[in-house]
Amino acid sequence: MAVTESPSDVGRKSEPLLDLLGGFILELRNAGIPVSLTENLDAMEAVTHIPLADREAFKYALGATLVKNHSHWRAFEVVFEVYFSLRGPEYEIMDTDPASSLGEDEDQDAKMPGQGDPQGAGGGGGAALTPEQLAEMLFKALLQGDEAMLRALARQAVMRYAGMEPGRPVGGTYYLYRTLRNLDLDGMLERLIEASREQAPSNLTPLEERLERDEFNDRMDRLKKEVEAEIRRRLVADRGAEAMAKTLRKPLPEDVDFMHASREEMVNLRKAIYPLTRKLAVRLARKRRHGRKGPLDFRNTMRHSLSYGGVPAEPKFKFPRPAKPEIMVVADISGSVAAFARFTLHLVYAISSQFSKVRSFVFIDGLDEVTGFFEGVEDIGEAVHRVNTEADVVWVDGHSDYGHAFGVFWEKYGRDVGPKTTVLILGDARNNYHASQSWILKEVKHRSRKVFWLNPEPRAYWDTGDSIVGEYGTWCDGVHEVRNLRQLEAFVENLV
Amino acid sequence: MTDIDARFADLAGVRASLADVNYLADDGIAGIVYLADRLGKPILVEGPAGTGKTQLAKSVADIVDARLIRLQCYEGLDESKALYEWNYKKQLLRIQAEGGEASWGEVEEDLFSEEFLLTRPLLEAIRASDPVVLLVDEVDRVEVETEALLLEILSEYQVSIPELGTVEATQVPLVFLTSNGTRELSEALKRRCLYLYIDYPDLERERQIVTAKVPGIGEDLADQVARIVRTVRQLDLKKHPSVSETLDWARTLVLLGVDQIDAETAIDTANVLLKYRTDIEKAVKEFADNPEELAGPEA
Repeated sequence: MAVTESPSDVGRKSEPLLDLLGGFILELRNAGIPVSLTENLDAMEAVTHIPLADREAFKYALGATLVKNHSHWRAFEVVFEVYFSLRGPEYEIMDTDPASSLGEDEDQDAKMPGQGDPQGAGGGGGAALTPEQLAEMLFKALLQGDEAMLRALARQAVMRYAGMEPGRPVGGTYYLYRTLRNLDLDGMLERLIEASREQAPSNLTPLEERLERDEFNDRMDRLKKEVEAEIRRRLVADRGAEAMAKTLRKPLPEDVDFMHASREEMVNLRKAIYPLTRKLAVRLARKRRHGRKGPLDFRNTMRHSLSYGGVPAEPKFKFPRPAKPEIMVVADISGSVAAFARFTLHLVYAISSQFSKVRSFVFIDGLDEVTGFFEGVEDIGEAVHRVNTEADVVWVDGHSDYGHAFGVFWEKYGRDVGPKTTVLILGDARNNYHASQSWILKEVKHRSRKVFWLNPEPRAYWDTGDSIVGEYGTWCDGVHEVRNLRQLEAFVENLV
Repeated sequence: MTDIDARFADLAGVRASLADVNYLADDGIAGIVYLADRLGKPILVEGPAGTGKTQLAKSVADIVDARLIRLQCYEGLDESKALYEWNYKKQLLRIQAEGGEASWGEVEEDLFSEEFLLTRPLLEAIRASDPVVLLVDEVDRVEVETEALLLEILSEYQVSIPELGTVEATQVPLVFLTSNGTRELSEALKRRCLYLYIDYPDLERERQIVTAKVPGIGEDLADQVARIVRTVRQLDLKKHPSVSETLDWARTLVLLGVDQIDAETAIDTANVLLKYRTDIEKAVKEFADNPEELAGPEA
């Protein structure tokens, strides 16, 4: 690693900081964020221009030089927090003996952290708090949007409810879950809204109520973040930054597994699809542009020769007729790939907005064409909903039957597959031990330009149990494991 | 790169002077502008449309009292539009005017001199002797291949013209590149820039922006506008309202003499905030969903 050998003109900083930065950048790379050597040096130089005491500026300086993709920002933030944020004076651990006050039901020794003026709160200061009092203070802090108080309470809650023990090999998510469960934020939200209703001079209009609700939700999110940060801080204090960075690492959006994506991750994935399909379109278009030029355009050449005194110095060519790729997408939307299917439908929608000739089909054990649902629709959510409710994809029992689905496809649409058609099949090929009917794929491959199979399952699971992707794969031009965006992107890259 | 004379004295100064020209920056924005000046590096600004990316470049030009040179990118942009072009018509005239008296060597030397060079924005920014801010707008619209045009200028601040040699910058200009993120920019380009992502502002900043930019708006109304916009941004829309649309909406409300937004006003003016029919329908549904059930008196 060339991390520590920075140019000598940056030698104004102390050695420990350099080491820390080195470890930090190493961890960024481990988390999958590409950091080049130049960027590394830039970061080293950037921090010399920033007052080190200004943590925010420090963070942005590193962010601007090291992270060049906004979707990596969250992963960066976590690493940053683990390495730097937790070392400031205001992050000193408050309680003297963390182990003593961690019991879930004990109230002893739980002191309010000194900072954060507990305004309006009954006990305040150093008084011991019962869970009810804590809840009450939290309620007030949320109601008034008191940031400092929220931070202090978040710490208190973690100390009390998370049940953290030194050396226990449990990740942060578990502690977060435990803490939040004890705080009962859903009930709190209802109470808050009730309270703001009472406070309001007149009745709240629905709109105002909606706004209040959003405001409270926003504050609760901040509380959750504080809780999360507090848990991280304690874990790091317990086990050290280097050890924790790995555990706390957040997967980059392109590495999130489609099959196990959380709701929030799914939203990010959706956003990422559009640039990808545009890339796909650009790749196909570029091939056209770089292809040979069309025949000589005599008329145009003559016209331009006039500016050279009648000498045809600048020959003009007709544009070649662009080849219009036809794409047929056949997607499994059964329960076993439900999460992937939702993503698939978005992908299909994005593809169909980029290419003029896209036909899409979905199947479980029956198969139906859904091209119409995506055409001229502005709202993808509605289209997906229609696909899920209106498409006739169940034939017998609603368990995947690739053989029968392919049978229907061949019977109804087989004649539309032509030499220009690229067929994309999306599914895990778990056929519930039905007949595979793989001869259909053979026929399709024979007729079409290319057949690709995208499988959302890890390669190690292929051909285990009822998966028969190997059998189908014989008749495809390529079977690809597509579990995350990175793999999908790789597929698109290699497509042309 | 120590010979760059700093345009800004310190971090806080950047933020304050941006605020002076009515650009409300957060810590990140101000910090990165400051760094760009210190490191002599271009800034790549990314973010959703209408969050003030272009405005940032304009405002910075305003502060440092520099001329803003703008290159608007589009698909099909090429060297002759971005860098320089030979004025071949003038060159032809030159040849004809000569009438065959001068030797070819002389003519050739004469033809490819600065007199016949048409400077385009990038070269202009490099050659300028007065302070300039270069804005390369919507760089994500050019093809990946065309991006390469920018690389030399961004890292070395120079342009190589085969016939003339290399034109080096007399000063390091502040360079802003903006992108709406419709496609991933190349690694080479990103590596040369500082990266700044401008997202939709948070509630507090949006309120300040509304108050600063819309004359005659009351504190209450600004607050309400900001809060409604935040709620609308949480909906699953095709295009979320940008800051400029928020401002348009606030201005509309001021013109209409509204001082308290109720559901009806919000619905009536939703078309200022949202530009897609489906989005408007969704928002209207959201605003108006429950009045019937609650039957609360409208304020």
